[in-house]
Amino acid sequence: MPKIWVCAELAGGKAAPISFELLAKARELGDAEAVALGPGAGEAAGELGKHGAKVVYVNEDEAYADFLAEPGTDTMEALVKEHSPDLVLFGFTADSREVAGRLAARLGVGLISNAQDVSAKDGGFVARVPYFGGAKVAEYKANAKPAIVLLRPKSVEAAETGGEAKVEQVSATIGEGSRRARIVERKVETAEKIKLEDAAVVVSGGRGLGGPENFPILEQLADALGGAVGASRAVVDAGWVPYSMQVGQTGKTVRPGVYIAAGISGAMQHTVGMKGAKVIIAINKDAEAPIMKMADLAVVGDALKIVPKLTEAVKARKGK
Amino acid sequence: MKIVVTVKQVPDPNGQQALEADNTIARDREVVLDPGDEYGIEEALQLKEAQGGEVVLVSMGPERARDAIRKGLSMGADRGILITDEQLAGADALLTARALAAAIKPEEPDLVICATESYDGSTGMVPPMLAELLGVPQLTTAKSVAVEGSKVTAHRQTEDGYQIVEAEAPALITVTAGIAEPRYASLKGIMAARSKEVKQLGIGDLGIERGEPAETMLGIADAETRKAGEVVEDDGTNGVERIMAVLVTAKVV
Repeated sequence: MPKIWVCAELAGGKAAPISFELLAKARELGDAEAVALGPGAGEAAGELGKHGAKVVYVNEDEAYADFLAEPGTDTMEALVKEHSPDLVLFGFTADSREVAGRLAARLGVGLISNAQDVSAKDGGFVARVPYFGGAKVAEYKANAKPAIVLLRPKSVEAAETGGEAKVEQVSATIGEGSRRARIVERKVETAEKIKLEDAAVVVSGGRGLGGPENFPILEQLADALGGAVGASRAVVDAGWVPYSMQVGQTGKTVRPGVYIAAGISGAMQHTVGMKGAKVIIAINKDAEAPIMKMADLAVVGDALKIVPKLTEAVKARKGK
Repeated sequence: MKIVVTVKQVPDPNGQQALEADNTIARDREVVLDPGDEYGIEEALQLKEAQGGEVVLVSMGPERARDAIRKGLSMGADRGILITDEQLAGADALLTARALAAAIKPEEPDLVICATESYDGSTGMVPPMLAELLGVPQLTTAKSVAVEGSKVTAHRQTEDGYQIVEAEAPALITVTAGIAEPRYASLKGIMAARSKEVKQLGIGDLGIERGEPAETMLGIADAETRKAGEVVEDDGTNGVERIMAVLVTAKVV
């Protein structure tokens, strides 16, 4: 059986959901093992075990949380060299891609990033990656060992297997020169009511809304529906709303029950992050916009007029 | 302070893109300096204006990528380096990072500024690889940067806010759109750019080899697409009615 590693992510001293998604994929491909680095790693190991990790390599050194990328890279390098995994899976997330990038360069093995799936083939691994903005899918075979693949969040459904991991304490092996990019302070700006990734309904806006002053109408609709507000990259880049609201290849992947796209044209960069929604409703003045060709319901009209009326209709129905 | 900014020429994000019959991206389309790179150039120019120094643009691409460098020079960067070589065509992230590192190292910059990711690839893998190969720390997804002596401080965007991160120069920084409003090239700047140096380097000048690719593309297929559904022309009432009906069926109201 090939040895499949998962580089777990810790958030607030717990294993982040992406870790469990990666483990679900790892189990499918071989013997799943995980690496958890940072404060809370020991406790996370229990959860990782329940999700199918047979072994979890653990170190609780605070340097992993206090410094960017390099301490994690050092330890991953040492562990990979010692244990020779066949495949190392990372989440395609801001923190993991920094470690994965440095690790791949250091090992000289390259990597396949932004994958939506990975499978075993001819004794090696093949990853499927959105291409041409998501209209196509390219298949890549990893030539190096270990193969390093970064999997998009929400590509795989996490599932508990109820197992227990053997926990291996590992030495931190952090180079003194690697404590360089220090996190001095953490600032929380958005106290999200409902997390965008977890919301059952997402209401997203794009350039078609005309300006940031019109985003509150989306918030009112999302509030009425008990959902969250998202945005396209175009309006995040334009500074209308914070990056935390961005849905797309860059940004968050969402799979809500209902996704309402208001004034979003549907660039591939955006649709890659939302096409897994059960139901897509698009409101756009342009009947030819790409989003209108993939929506279950495409309403040709002015979002600025329709959204407030929709909010009233939702409130009226819920008030009954 | 010497600042290197990596720049890339990409298909115009506002233009129509197309694929050739063999699924490679059509090359006859409009290409532009990656809009994300304009922010890095602007940030570099502002740092230079405050503290003095030099801004060097480095790009890898076909011969016409010189136009992307020229655009940055017309904004005010001092000189450029273009890595162009048939052997580097279709380079993956690691080979790209190796070539960039080989060109940048002799410059001994205090700062290397990259966009968080390119507009066309959007995978953001080159910057961490480049930082590793240059042997410098990386301060990433910065929405602001301050340099005081050799200390570099950045506000690093996170999912729920930002982190204040710092490192000693030399360091690599990836910047987000919006870190600074890119200036327009003035006529004077455009004229001045014509006489600025753009050094051309090939794979032989860099002392690197193409080597075995880390991955092989096996093929390209159409992605599973969602089918178009019902289309409604809103007449002032039917749009909301139809949406409500769908929300009721989906059991969210």
